Amino acid sequence: MRRIISILMENEPGALSRVVGLFSQRGYNIETLTVAPTEDDTLSRLTMTTTGDDKKIEQITKHLNKLIEVVKLVDLTEGAHIEREIMLMKVKATGAQRAEVKRTVDIFRGQIVDVTSTVYTVQLTGTTDKLEAFINAVGEAQVLEVVRSGVSGISRGEKVLSL
Amino acid sequence: MEMLSGAEMVVRALQDEGVEYIFGYPGGAVLHIYDALFQQDKVNHILVRHEQAATHAADGYARSTGKPGVVLVTSGPGATNAITGIATAFMDSIPMVVLSGQVRSDWIGDDAFQETDMIGLSRPIVKHSFMVRDPSEIPEMVKKAFYIASTGRPGPVLIDIPKDHTAPNKTFPYEYPKKVKMRSYMPVSRGHSGQIRKAVDELLKAKRPVIYSGGGVVQGDASEALTAVARKLNYPVTNTLMGLGAYPGTDKQFLGMLGMHGTYEANMSMHNADVILAAGARLDDRVTNDAKKFCPGAKIIHIDIDPASISKNVTAHIPIVGPVKQVLEEMLTMIDEHDSGPDHKSVERWWQEIDGWRQVHGLRYEVNENGPMKPQQVVQALYKATNGEAFVTSDVGQHQMFAAQYYLYDRPRQWINSGGLGTMGFGLPAAMGVQFAYPDGVVACVTGEGSIQMNIQELSTCLQYGLPIKIININNQALGMVRQWQDMQYGGRHSQSYMESLPDFVKLAESYGHVGMLVEKFEDLQPAMDEAFALKDRLVFMDIYVDSTEHVYPMHIADGAMRDMWLSKTERT
Repeated sequence: MRRIISILMENEPGALSRVVGLFSQRGYNIETLTVAPTEDDTLSRLTMTTTGDDKKIEQITKHLNKLIEVVKLVDLTEGAHIEREIMLMKVKATGAQRAEVKRTVDIFRGQIVDVTSTVYTVQLTGTTDKLEAFINAVGEAQVLEVVRSGVSGISRGEKVLSL
Repeated sequence: MEMLSGAEMVVRALQDEGVEYIFGYPGGAVLHIYDALFQQDKVNHILVRHEQAATHAADGYARSTGKPGVVLVTSGPGATNAITGIATAFMDSIPMVVLSGQVRSDWIGDDAFQETDMIGLSRPIVKHSFMVRDPSEIPEMVKKAFYIASTGRPGPVLIDIPKDHTAPNKTFPYEYPKKVKMRSYMPVSRGHSGQIRKAVDELLKAKRPVIYSGGGVVQGDASEALTAVARKLNYPVTNTLMGLGAYPGTDKQFLGMLGMHGTYEANMSMHNADVILAAGARLDDRVTNDAKKFCPGAKIIHIDIDPASISKNVTAHIPIVGPVKQVLEEMLTMIDEHDSGPDHKSVERWWQEIDGWRQVHGLRYEVNENGPMKPQQVVQALYKATNGEAFVTSDVGQHQMFAAQYYLYDRPRQWINSGGLGTMGFGLPAAMGVQFAYPDGVVACVTGEGSIQMNIQELSTCLQYGLPIKIININNQALGMVRQWQDMQYGGRHSQSYMESLPDFVKLAESYGHVGMLVEKFEDLQPAMDEAFALKDRLVFMDIYVDSTEHVYPMHIADGAMRDMWLSKTERT
């Protein structure tokens, strides 16, 4: 099962490598990973998606918690949450295709952020499913380049991950 | 405030931490620190002959005292040589602080002479690591390193120190922090009382209980509490390889070691148990055999300071996360106050069953009347010569298992071996660390002709510091445990498991300035052993030739349950 684990950790050199190292050392899988400082610049927020059964996820969270630099963590998928990913994509935009791509971008509520005579650069935000649906809708043959941020997430309601 | 250089701060912080011994080897990147060490006499530096031995010696010191062992090595090869010893300590949760030199900070990443990324190399085998980025960080970093290494589940902590941060011409205000608090590291201080109560209820209802205790009871100083609980309940106790000594080996409630080479009675009791109290043990593969077939009828109560150890291999029915000593003490109080209280009669039938197992297949081996000596006889002679009171360190292999089975350890921290990593070459340097901690103690290193040659150079260190260790070299002219597996699983094809061109160990010991003894006949064994231990101020190297065809039994049958064992070359359960 796919899980989104969100981690608050000390914003120190080497902290990220310990998290990543733990995954390779123990044979866990990282599907996406995103990390940046928070409003408190002594803390970083790291979000990762991984897959595994309950037993494996329990081990992953226990081992992450053991890392000295990890202050707090939450498995967002345990409760209601919001997840977003941002994608930038270059798409062929020539002939009849040019108008078709524009329509598809509108349907998916994306934006065209750069234009040449043959290429559109599209920005799209949403869940991983939505981004994948967009790629399928445009058609892989039309896609020139894709860059995705990886998943960021936050829980719904008043629950807060902070110190 | 006092102004000190980085190097002086390192040494002063060790003094303020109460460090008696630091085991190390000098080199370019740590010369400033060595110079600061030279100018003081509170911290004694022990010069080993190889950095791996420095870490094992510090480890032996830590295992025998409970205090963190301290290591100082230079950058590059100094640091990489220390890796095996750090991993050994990590696997057995031993408190250790390793200071490694690093090339000057502005050269890091430039492939400078003797540069290696020690933080990266050591990452999977340390509890935590620090890189000094500014000399002013040193006092707090050292304090944190000792705090992290010795609290919670202990383990090695590394501090990597670039050479320029120890330069004598730059000084900084020094103050050693009295306490450290870290928002991201708060080891658990108490087990959950509700869980402990549930465990006590379950324990008191048990008809076929077993107490299974591990290295955590030794490291957590919980041996007294464990013994008190076991005696109050009159329940049988078995120890893991790491836990030997936590419960007195000569006590009638003791079943011996469990696991791959555990006793028949210990493994049978575990398999047939209805309640298992696992205390400071991690249910690892050398204990459980196939985890899916492990103790099918048992409710498992698992006490461990590390939540990640609980339900990792075997699901615990009643998990208790906390310091094993505090949890067992609270258990004891609850047992006293419990309505039903302990009822020794309720386990009478269980004890009859266990005694039956003991009689049928207790530890035993066949003696050759006219043939070569048996390795088990050597350990028994050692036990006799030392009245069962020696510190025994061991290397890894058959001799380790015989030393675990046939020497009965009555106190914790008496038996010192590399259980988790299984590091050949551990025994002699570990014995050095023990002997430094207990200058008047009797220290024996049980080893084999394979293992001893992995750190033989330390005989030189032993001479320099006058360490009267007794080396019991159980020489079977083969890598015995490898050969045993080859006999059992590879049709007797002894691929690379023999030892040709062995040195004359007696002459070797003598050339290092020690006493060497050769024993080839059983009738000479006990007198030679007694003579060796009578030489109180000399290191004696006893080279004892034994039967090279002997196997360690019992032995778990791979992928079976606890009860599935080979009992000899021809009998199985």
